[in-house]
Amino acid sequence: MAIQVTGETLVIIETSNLTYTYPGGTEPSLVDVSLTIEKGEFVILTGPSGCGKTTLCRCLNGLIPHFYSGKLEGDITVAGLKVSEHSIYELARHVGLVFQNPENQLFALSVEKDVAFGLENLGLPREHMRRRVDWALQMTGIQDLRERAPHELSGGQQQRVAIASVLAMKPDVMVLDEPTSFLDPLGAQKIFEVIGDLNKKLGITVILVEHRLDLASRYANHVIVIDKGKVVLDGKPLDVFGSERARLIGVGIPKATRLYQVLRESGVHLNKVPVNSQEASLLLQEVLTYDRG
Amino acid sequence: MIEVKDVYFTYPNNVEALKGVSLTIRSGDFIAIMGQNGAGKTTLVKHFNGLLKPTKGTVVVDGVATREESIAKLSRKVGFVFQNPDNQLFCETVENEVAFALRNFGFEKKVIQKRVEWAINLLGLTRYRQTSPFMLSGGERKRVALASVLAWNPDVVILDEPTIGQDYLQKEKLRQFIVQLNAQGKTVIIVTHDVEFVAECNPHVVLMAQGKIVGEGDAKQILTDRKLVTEASIVPPQISQIFMELADFGLPTDVIDVYEARDILLEFLESGS
Repeated sequence: MAIQVTGETLVIIETSNLTYTYPGGTEPSLVDVSLTIEKGEFVILTGPSGCGKTTLCRCLNGLIPHFYSGKLEGDITVAGLKVSEHSIYELARHVGLVFQNPENQLFALSVEKDVAFGLENLGLPREHMRRRVDWALQMTGIQDLRERAPHELSGGQQQRVAIASVLAMKPDVMVLDEPTSFLDPLGAQKIFEVIGDLNKKLGITVILVEHRLDLASRYANHVIVIDKGKVVLDGKPLDVFGSERARLIGVGIPKATRLYQVLRESGVHLNKVPVNSQEASLLLQEVLTYDRG
Repeated sequence: MIEVKDVYFTYPNNVEALKGVSLTIRSGDFIAIMGQNGAGKTTLVKHFNGLLKPTKGTVVVDGVATREESIAKLSRKVGFVFQNPDNQLFCETVENEVAFALRNFGFEKKVIQKRVEWAINLLGLTRYRQTSPFMLSGGERKRVALASVLAWNPDVVILDEPTIGQDYLQKEKLRQFIVQLNAQGKTVIIVTHDVEFVAECNPHVVLMAQGKIVGEGDAKQILTDRKLVTEASIVPPQISQIFMELADFGLPTDVIDVYEARDILLEFLESGS
């Protein structure tokens, strides 16, 4: 699961006893959150609406405590930097954030300019910047859209532009807060493929906040479930999705996993917990073939 | 209730969004209009309350052609809940938001009070009466938008992408709510690409691709038709995908429900051993 570097794993994000209350809030939005995320992981962060997922994302890039005041206790370290001691600007070089609605993120008159914006702020030399933009456009498969105006693009294309503009900063960690909720299933699948590629080919650590687990779960190797501000499940996808607790909290367990569960309740055991339909049909084929033979 | 006859619609930028659509919706129907982004789903439903008028062809609502009727009059019968609640909400409190259309329609003060009360209760928004809609979460804002439409009791309720940004529990509540509305005799039309939601609701499905209707029938029948879902670029529900792979065992391929899937598998295993 973790990338092995000279025999040891590299921790990229670590929180210990993180508790946070928004200004004016009466109850904490995060309660005693202790997590370890290793470099190169693809993490799905899920849980009911209002459970604290977005709040946790805001802690990762320093929006909490630097932009939102409130009361923060405990420690959080990202890419070796203590978040409380480094500015949003510094953290932005390491952690990129992609929002739910790309319209909130894009504003320039051409795709190219939008992707270059963050780099301009870093003060990179022009040639260097050009190469980075080219690379980011290519990685997200939108070279052809370079001259187009972002507001004329489809939702899926816009979201790829948003991802490219974050990618251009070469972050160690990319946090995506429900990036596909405005897309149709095929559009969503394409986005997940792009994200999966960035994770696999470039080793970028991905933290994906998502309800649509049917589509996303195949890319993940680590799932964290938050409920009422607390981490309630933290582990491999098949362990988390297969647990009864996940279902009771209301996590949208993939239907393939759900089928595994209802079969188990009726006394039929598949060899392993499937998290997508391909896995489920292979496991079922085994059982059915055995039965026939 | 709604009769769509060979409707074409071209946007001012010359994009032809509907290319000869015909559809009959009867009073009390529960319909899901599905298809890829850009298939023409939202364009079609915007014809039902007169927001758009056909370039060619006719749309008849309750016996009257929409071309001859004002949007205000049509909206009394056909309520439209937009995909993005932010395109719909603008008042400073939830209460005022829900009352707004009622005031516009000229209801009496007492009636307005009653209806607002009713709709706010129905959607579990009582504690937010005096809150600004913009302080609420995305899911809550969607409920405010729905309350403000239900308040004037339209015969037809159109919900454009109601499940976006909703978690599993909220979706389940929404599903029960829609079923309840429908049971009360309302015509409910949802526009969605959430196949798993449709698999759980089991409405009549109208499948669109490139400005045309390419299939119509039971959710089960449409969502398990490999050729149709490919044509409409829809990802079939997971259960249906699984059963398509199990066809060699002589199992049925038209399955979308988890419990039905379990029963079929159990029966197969029992008969074999």
